[in-house]
Amino acid sequence: MSSAAGNSLPSWHCILLCLLVALLSGCGINNIPTYDEQVKAAWAQVENQYQRRADLVPNLVKTVQAYAGHERETLQAVTEARAKVNSMQLDGNLLNDPVKLQQFEAAQSQLSSALARLMLVVERYPNLKANQNFLSLQSQLEGTENRISVARRDYIQAVQRYNREIRTFPGKIWHVILYRNMPLRETYQATTEGAEKAPEVNFQ
Amino acid sequence: MIRPALLALALITSWMTMSLWADVQFPILTGRVIDKEELLSSEERYRLTEQIQQYESESSNQLVVAILPDLQGLTIEEYANQLAREWKLGHKDKNNGILFLIAPNKRKVRIEVGYGLEGALTDALAANIIHTKVLPKFRRGAFSEGIETGVQSIIAVTKNEYVAEPIENKKDRRIAFLAGIFLILVMLHLFGTSMLSSPVHRRSYKRGRFGGYYGTGGFGGGYSSGGRPGGGFSGGGGGFGGGGASGGW
Repeated sequence: MSSAAGNSLPSWHCILLCLLVALLSGCGINNIPTYDEQVKAAWAQVENQYQRRADLVPNLVKTVQAYAGHERETLQAVTEARAKVNSMQLDGNLLNDPVKLQQFEAAQSQLSSALARLMLVVERYPNLKANQNFLSLQSQLEGTENRISVARRDYIQAVQRYNREIRTFPGKIWHVILYRNMPLRETYQATTEGAEKAPEVNFQ
Repeated sequence: MIRPALLALALITSWMTMSLWADVQFPILTGRVIDKEELLSSEERYRLTEQIQQYESESSNQLVVAILPDLQGLTIEEYANQLAREWKLGHKDKNNGILFLIAPNKRKVRIEVGYGLEGALTDALAANIIHTKVLPKFRRGAFSEGIETGVQSIIAVTKNEYVAEPIENKKDRRIAFLAGIFLILVMLHLFGTSMLSSPVHRRSYKRGRFGGYYGTGGFGGGYSSGGRPGGGFSGGGGGFGGGGASGGW
């Protein structure tokens, strides 16, 4: 009798363990790392789209230069902003360093505004605007800007979900017990100066 | 004293932003051509649906034309992307969906391209279609013409990107169906004989088992985006990352 009980005890343990594991994974013990990975993936997509834009810039500059060579300042601003962005993209681990992330964002928005200025300047050159190559580049640039904004929105949503998991009930407990080394993440702020103001356009 | 209040405020604001996001309501995907503004006559709608259906059965790309009255305060780029994601156009492993969205009240049009077709229907090509094929006709007020040429150009550009997986034809299906029925008969026979030998459990056994076998009889079903007109049309789980182009008139 007693020996039978002794034999069945380990198997009971085993079942209990299995049950516990099933219960734990059911109540979100894996959620925080999973969401963290999703944040990383979403960020990779943001970087990817920024890179795509940076790759477009040299061609665009070259094409504009052919028609509007004396818009040197605007073109130079674009080239410089692009160089800055590229140098920042080289060092990885941006995501875990809020200061660097902010710098990166600032550099990217500088490139955005330089490009926007370039596109305004271009309006003065009808020949350029009729150029097929330029039209194609322009639509690619528009498409890439749109992809960037989609990727950023996805990233913000991923961060929001991750942060919410850490701050709300079951996730909060797991965070305290197991994932203390995974802090809340920051989403974007409007990093450009005067981002809250709409750009001015002068029609002369 | 201050911290709980702050926390509550943060919670409330986060809840409010969440509900703001949830506020965007999307129309239901009812077919390949969704015309809420009645820009097309029923004949044109039918013809367009036929064309798109033919295209889908050849290339497996899923194209939907949507003419919607409002964009719920979003830009057409944002709205098109979210709508295409909501509808999950395209196949899951190919991401080959295209949404052709027209908002006549806003005088905006957009071609939203799924990940898998961004190589074939590039932003530049999409912009070209919009600016040279669609918008000139829209400016004249010839909406149905513009939509039709737009759809035809999209089809022409993306036709050879994917080859549709062979869908088993009717003959194959009939053979499968017959084989299924034969199998069911064999099983019924086996169970019937085994049940005769145990008369106590006969009734409950019978019902449970029989129900189970009828339940699995799904032959010929499950083609969520096959070549069937109208009924049962749905997205296949494709992803969208904001590719495509838009324009206004």
